[in-house]
Amino acid sequence: MTALLEVEDLRVAYGKIEAVKGISFSVEAGQVVTLIGTNGAGKTTTLRTLSGLLKPAGGRITFDGQPLNGIPAHKIVSLGLAHSPEGRHIFPRLTITENLLLGAYLRSDKAGIEKDVQRAYDLFPILGERRKQAAGTLSGGEQQMLAMGRALMSQPKLLMLDEPSMGLSPIMMQKIMETIVELKAAGTTILLVEQNAQAALSLADQGHVMEVGKVVLSGTGSDLLHDESVRKAYLGED
Amino acid sequence: MNELPQQLANGLILGAMYGLIAIGYTMVYGIIQLINFAHGEIFMIGGFGALTVYLGLPSGFSLLAAIPLMIAGGVVCSVAISVAAERFAYRPLRGGPRLAPLITAIGLSLALQQAVWMWYPNATKDRSFPQFKGEAIDIFGASIQRGDLFVIIAAPVCMLALGLFVSKTRAGRGMQATSQDPDTAKLMGINTDRIIVMAFAIGAAFAAVAAVAYGLKNGQIGFRMGFIMGLKAFTAAVLGGIGNIYGAMLGGVVLGVAEALATGYMSDVPGMELFGGGAWKDVWAFVLLILVLLIRPQGLLGERVADRA
Repeated sequence: MTALLEVEDLRVAYGKIEAVKGISFSVEAGQVVTLIGTNGAGKTTTLRTLSGLLKPAGGRITFDGQPLNGIPAHKIVSLGLAHSPEGRHIFPRLTITENLLLGAYLRSDKAGIEKDVQRAYDLFPILGERRKQAAGTLSGGEQQMLAMGRALMSQPKLLMLDEPSMGLSPIMMQKIMETIVELKAAGTTILLVEQNAQAALSLADQGHVMEVGKVVLSGTGSDLLHDESVRKAYLGED
Repeated sequence: MNELPQQLANGLILGAMYGLIAIGYTMVYGIIQLINFAHGEIFMIGGFGALTVYLGLPSGFSLLAAIPLMIAGGVVCSVAISVAAERFAYRPLRGGPRLAPLITAIGLSLALQQAVWMWYPNATKDRSFPQFKGEAIDIFGASIQRGDLFVIIAAPVCMLALGLFVSKTRAGRGMQATSQDPDTAKLMGINTDRIIVMAFAIGAAFAAVAAVAYGLKNGQIGFRMGFIMGLKAFTAAVLGGIGNIYGAMLGGVVLGVAEALATGYMSDVPGMELFGGGAWKDVWAFVLLILVLLIRPQGLLGERVADRA
């Protein structure tokens, strides 16, 4: 069986500066795969390229058997690849419901959309309580929930989450991580970028460590969690 | 003549026209942060489009029945030119330095004026626009010319339709999303290029409606009419809070009424005897703009830039 997402020798450059220098990895259906690494390692750049916001300088991306190179961002969503971006990027002056409906922009099955909005409220009850409120008035953690709920509204085959725990309180971070575990249990395929390596590796099937644009180490989540160099560099142990 | 209801009515009629044109500035700015200085000429071309349709109708055709056809003709011309400008003049410059499209817009504005001057028959001088015949109508003590009734009806209808479109339809939601965060809008599957074209098209259509109103009010249109009307409408958009469609309409009405009141009453203010009357109305319009920018830089209904994500 071929992987759902296959990335081969991907290169991305900002002008002359190469931010991603030939990385390869794959995501199988049903898996949670995580990319970890410090700031500037190229994780966010990788996700933004997968979703079509950036153009690759080289390499191949195959999603669900189809090459993604050259397909504009707004068409990639319809293939089943959803991206919850770093910094959440909810639409601040639209209500929570409107934000969720935008996640389903390309769908036309009214009843199904209705049901999925309700499912997002079940997953994150606080969103349901504040559905008429402008999204910009939510707290950081609530905005993160909304960003994840919105990404799920397109019924993706693969959900990409970029730094879902960034800037959140420990309690909120815990809640977000629990939600990811919940989604995984429900069979959602997830590509997770996280700075919180401990949390990410403990729930991931596969992990890849990125450093300055390259994958320097790959393995199962628990392998990496117990790897000495990873523990030193990312888990704050001497 | 200098009675309050009359001045308010004059101001409202003028302001409704400013507001209709201001929609085009504000929608385009809201989405791609471009001040489309050619928009005044899009308005002017709408007027010539409408006139062309009227001249093509058989004689004896009633003006009232011709109005919808004239609007259609004006809208088609304005939208076609505006969408072509977006596609061939502005889109290639997107993502480049902000100054480039701005200068392109100014150049396009001059080019469109000259094109009409050269190629539209007898457009080197003002061309006369059809007029409604009949007595002025009395409403609340103000006497309203029949031609002015057009904008009094058209402006609210257009605004209502736009408000419903933006808040209730999927494309309208896509438009709001694109103006708030274009990259994330793409992640939702929104074709932002198409949304931008839509913004240009809606703005151009509204400008064409305003041009019909202008022609009916003034009895003539000319290739230069887009300049001062465009400048005033841009002022109205800034006054109301650029990027906000309701602000554009409000800004237009406030500006129109302020001009009318200054024209009517400024000379009654002690010490200001010399600064009243129509000759000074543009001065007062821009004084108002400067005051609003000093006191409330984001405009009447504008939001602070920091609110933008």
